[in-house]
Parts: sequence; C-alpha cells; structure tokens
Amino acid sequence: MMTVTAVTPGAPPVPVVKKRPPVIVDFARSQPLAAFSMFFILTLVFASIFAKWIAPYDPFALDFAVMLQEPSAQHWFGTDNFGRDVFTRVLYGAQTALMIGILASFFGSILGGIIGVVSGFFSGRFDFIVQRFIDVLLSFPIIVLAVVAVAMLGKFLVFGVDLNLVVAIAIPIVPKVARVVRASALTIREMPYIDAARASGFGPARIIFRHMTPNVFAPFIILFAAFVAQAILLEASLSFLGLGVTEPTPAWGLMLSGNAADFYREAPWMIIFPGLAISVTVFAFNLFGDGLRDYLDPKFKL
Amino acid sequence: MARYIFKRLLYMIPTLFGVAALIFFMLRVVPGDIVELKLRGDGANVSEESIQAERTRLGLNRPLYVQFGDWMVGVATFDLGKSMWTETPVIDEIQNRFTLTIQVAFMATIIAVLLALPLGIISALYKDSWIDQVIRLFTIGGLAMPSFWVGMIIILTLLNVFNWLPPITYTPIWVDPVANLSQLIWPALAVGYRYSAVLTRMVRSQIIEVMLEDYIRTARAKGVYERLVIGRHALRNALLPAITVLGLEFAFLIGGLVVTEQVFNLNGIGRLFVQAVTKNDFTLVQGIVMLIAVIFILTNLLVDILYAYLDPRIRYGGK
Repeated sequence: MMTVTAVTPGAPPVPVVKKRPPVIVDFARSQPLAAFSMFFILTLVFASIFAKWIAPYDPFALDFAVMLQEPSAQHWFGTDNFGRDVFTRVLYGAQTALMIGILASFFGSILGGIIGVVSGFFSGRFDFIVQRFIDVLLSFPIIVLAVVAVAMLGKFLVFGVDLNLVVAIAIPIVPKVARVVRASALTIREMPYIDAARASGFGPARIIFRHMTPNVFAPFIILFAAFVAQAILLEASLSFLGLGVTEPTPAWGLMLSGNAADFYREAPWMIIFPGLAISVTVFAFNLFGDGLRDYLDPKFKL
Repeated sequence: MARYIFKRLLYMIPTLFGVAALIFFMLRVVPGDIVELKLRGDGANVSEESIQAERTRLGLNRPLYVQFGDWMVGVATFDLGKSMWTETPVIDEIQNRFTLTIQVAFMATIIAVLLALPLGIISALYKDSWIDQVIRLFTIGGLAMPSFWVGMIIILTLLNVFNWLPPITYTPIWVDPVANLSQLIWPALAVGYRYSAVLTRMVRSQIIEVMLEDYIRTARAKGVYERLVIGRHALRNALLPAITVLGLEFAFLIGGLVVTEQVFNLNGIGRLFVQAVTKNDFTLVQGIVMLIAVIFILTNLLVDILYAYLDPRIRYGGK
C-alpha cells in the first residue's frame, strides 16, 4: 500500500522517513533471549535492592524451632540448620553476588581496557613489555590468581562490601580484557580518522581518549557483561572455599560450603537453591552478553 | 620445527621468571607470616624472641632479594625447598597429590571430548532445529553451573536415589581400579561437563564453517556417502581448532578442580593449594603455582605443535 502524504501544490513531496524504533525495542526484536535475560537481571537487581521489604524473614534471625524444614508455603526454599529462611538468604545473596560481580567486572574491564588501548596505541617496545606482563598474568588459571590475591589482600570492608575481594576478583579479569581490547585498538589505529587526528596535531592522550576509546567501546561493553558472569562464579567459588565472603553475610557460595554438606540427606534444599541461584544468574549474564555481542558487533569473537 | 619448539621453550623462561617473581612478591606483601600463624595461631603465648628465632631458622629474616635469589636457584635446579609447615620437601608434598589430580584432569578431558564431539557434530548438522536448541541449552548450562555445585548435585543424586556414596579414601588405580574409578569418575564428570561446554560450541561452529567449504561440495558431487563426507572430510578439518580450545581451556579444568576436590574430599593439588594459602605456607604455594604455570604453558606449546603436525598448511618459523 502506498503511503499518502499531504502534498501542497508546488512544494516537493515530503519523503516519509520510517522512524527507527528505540534501541531497546530494536534489541528486544533481534535478540529476544538476551532481552529476556536483561529483564531477568533487572528484576534481580531490583529485588536485591529492595530485599529488605520483599524478603519474608530476617536473613540473620536464628529460629531453632523451624530448623531444617522442607520447602512449604511459609518457607518457599525451606530453612537451614539454624532455622534461617533459605529463600530470604538467597535473595540477600543476590545483593552480595551482584554487587561484587558487577564491581569486580567493572574495575577489571576498565583497567584492562585502558591498558589494552594504550598498549595498542603506542605499540612498539612499550607494547611488547606490557604484553609480556600480560603473558605472565595469563599463565595462571584465574582461580589460582584470585585465591592468592585474596589471601594477600585480606579484608577491607566498605559499606559491608569487601573491596579487597572485589579487587582480587578483578585482577584475573584485567589481562583478559587487555588482550582483546588491544587487538581492537590495533585495527582502529590504522583507520584513516586516526591518521587525520594525528595530522591535525593532536597529542596521544587526546587521540586515545577522544578517538580510540569510543571505538573500542563495543567490545568493551561485551566483555564487561561476559565478565560479570565470570566474577559471580569466582566469588561463589572463593566463598565456597571459605576465602571470600564470610558468615553471617548471606552469599550463595558460602551457603553451599561448610554446613550444607552435612545435610545432603536431611535438607537437600540447602544445596539445591543457592546453586540454582548462581547458575540462573550466570546463565542470564552469559545469554545477555552473547546477545549484546551479536547485536553490537557480530564479527567480534570472545 | 625443532627450531620453533626450541624457540618457544626459550620464550618460556622469561614468562616463568615473571610468574615466579609475581607470586613470590605477592605472597611477601601479606602482613603476618607463617611463623605468627604457626606459633601463635591457637592463641598460645609465645615470646617475640622465639618468633624471631623461628623466622631466622626458616630464612624469613633475610632481605627479600636474597630469599628470592635463593629460591630461583632452587627452582632452576628443580629443588623447590621445604614446606614451611610440615618441613617435608615441597616436591614430595606435591608428588603425593599430583597423581590424583592429573588422573581426574585426564578423565575429565576424556569425558569432555566424548560429550563434545557427538553433541557438537549433531548440533552443527541439525543447525537451528530443536535438537540444536536443546544442545545449546545444555552447553550454556554447563558454562553457568559452577562445577563444585554440579559435584554436589551428583553426590545428592547418588545418595538420595541410589543410596550410595563414592568411597572416601583414595585408592590408587594400580591397587584397585574399580574402587579408584568409582571414586574419581564423579569429580571428573562434574569438571568434564563444564569443560565440554566450551568444546561443544567450538566443534559446532567449526563444522558449520567447514561444511560450506568447496571440498565438501566436491566430495558430495563425487557421490561420497554423507557419512564419509562428515567423518573423513569435515571432521578432520573441523577438529583442529577444537584441539586449540582443549589446550587453552586447560586452565578451566585446573580451576574447576581446585574447588571440586573440596566437594569430593579429594586430597589433590587443588586442596593442597588452598590449604597452603590459608596457612601462609609460602614455599608450598610457590611450588604449586610454578607447577601449574609450567603445565599450563607446556600444554599450550604441545597444542601448537600438535596443530602444526596435524595441519600441514601450518609451518612455524618459516624457511
């Protein structure tokens, strides 16, 4: 069907420009799974922020009258060996996981991103030396690096968040992000607009931050999303080993360690639900990251 | 080829030196060392003098660079020193646990390959069908579930469904293979599942790519059976990059084991590592980290060599 436009005689016909849908709608259309994951993540974020009002119980209150109860209408996920409501603790655990996961991935990706861009920009000897450092960092499995870093840094609580734990989880992320961002920076460096910027007499700082950084933003944001998942897993592993978050703070990995293992037979819900929470959250971040990659930069390989 | 390998081995030295320096100085930043923990750990009232005496005995009072130099000389001569806690040589401590961890790692790799090959091939051949979606869900799930939790779920299932628990005491495979396997298959499964997820994705994307190649069309045009087209022509070419992933993700495996050993009460390297870190046993931590780094770097070298060997188009080092 033709689009009818009001045409005043004499005036050129006004072309009907199809308005692009808002980014979020476009994203949801092309990546429905990722959009759904994003919705889930946002819900989780809100639920954890308002946990105080949503949670049916106090996460710290011990109530030995209702120890090890199976899931019921009162206690959706059952209760643990101290009579604490598992659902409440899983909800509060989301606070810990998201806070540490997002912060660690943020710091790690920012630092890695800066190192990557700068190293890619200067190339030559400087790049060579930086890359050798990154080689060293990459020859540790991430958990090994994080375990040593956690032991080295100790605890440093700010508003109830162990900032040193965040740093320990961010450290293994830095070299990985730096590698990928550097590769992008190397291709961008050869682009005509960088030559143009150089020819205009701009200094390295300006070229790096005004011309290159915006162009490595797509891989950066994809990496950030992907590493939130990694960071959440790492936090859970560290807390499980007794090196991360400590009692009585509710954290998913911590809920699985220690006591939980004594109740395989009596209270399997103590093991099932926190693990499920980790898996579903990591799953959502992975799907979201994948979708974001396909949407922003289909050629980009992680 | 020999030159290439030699060059790569040579490159290992600075990287390993970097690893050694990093781990050494990272550990030394810790306030409070093993001596405090060892003598005062249980609240005992120990005089400052005996603490200093113990420090001197362990060589912790020497300047850092002397300690580091000493340790580096040791590493170069394959002497990793003594554990600061048990006073047994680090090599012996590691050796006892090493066979167990390597066996589990090896079994996990086999499980991962056995899972990933068929799954990857099927999902590539039935791309975008429901079966591809199911497999995709299975693999993303493998990436999302922490392997220690998969391990716990395995134990939970064994206990509640079969009313059976894997044996707790470790039996070497040459003593009683059945007892050994019935204990180690479960952690291998937990870690291998996660490992297989990465591999499945790689196999799938490689096969999809290879199936578009000219030689596949030629083979089909010749009237080669589809089974042979896939088995002989596609698979061989698709597997090469998959091998790389196997090497690259080896860290995954070790990382998974560090935590999973805890779940299954296995006294492997991972458990030893965590214990050593919490006890500030510097020499032991250093030894384990060096070992892991060496294995990691060697695996990657091995993968590259295998890659060149299997694909005659790739020749490293030129000329």
